[in-house]
Amino acid sequence: MANTFELIASTTVGSGGASDITFSSIPSTYTDLLVDISVRTSQANTSRTLYLRVNGSSTSWTQRSVYGTGSAAGSDSTTGYGSTFLYCGECNGSTSTAGTFTNTQVYATNYAGSTNKSFSVDSAQENNATGAFLTMMAGLWSNTSAITSILIAPDAGSFVQYSTAYLYGVKNA
Amino acid sequence: MPNPTRIEINCETGVESIIELTDAEVAELAYQAELAAEKKAEEDAHAEAAATAKAALLEKLGITADEAKLLLA
Repeated sequence: MANTFELIASTTVGSGGASDITFSSIPSTYTDLLVDISVRTSQANTSRTLYLRVNGSSTSWTQRSVYGTGSAAGSDSTTGYGSTFLYCGECNGSTSTAGTFTNTQVYATNYAGSTNKSFSVDSAQENNATGAFLTMMAGLWSNTSAITSILIAPDAGSFVQYSTAYLYGVKNA
Repeated sequence: MPNPTRIEINCETGVESIIELTDAEVAELAYQAELAAEKKAEEDAHAEAAATAKAALLEKLGITADEAKLLLA
């Protein structure tokens, strides 16, 4: 059970927006990592895919989700999401309720070890309308390298001002 | 006009860099936005067609949507 969370780094997107956010040179001194994300994209949709890559890798991702859309529930897997990134749920687009953001947490266990890397994701899209996604995801990066960088991005558009990302190191997990 | 930017935070130094995208990266972003717009148009067309078909069926059956829900409950 995690008993120590330490903030490693954080950022808030400025008025110019940002196409992606990358945490680089992540120290290997923790047991696990937690990324806490609150974002909205400029793309003119109600929602867009939010994704994550580690060490710049666009291969060897497998995943399984359960989700709710606000009116229906479902599940999906690597077949639907592909194997080029870790799907992190749906992120508010510019046509969703103004001023609302998607809140997502990504937990990476044993990130500095020499085994394949496991992830869990929970994501909730704020939207004052019928459609709003909730997603729970389990993912695997089949690579034994230590994680040294994490990239977060929407699949279209840019993160808007006031989007935030916090990276925490977890000890004694 | 400057290109859009991305954010990189070096966790060792704590330095945050705002990096202007290259022209190739901007072109890729534009391409992805185009794909997203096409996908949305397809989804909208599909939803509209489904709604039209549903309305036509209800009219043919002579019942309302609420009455249809009662039948399926």
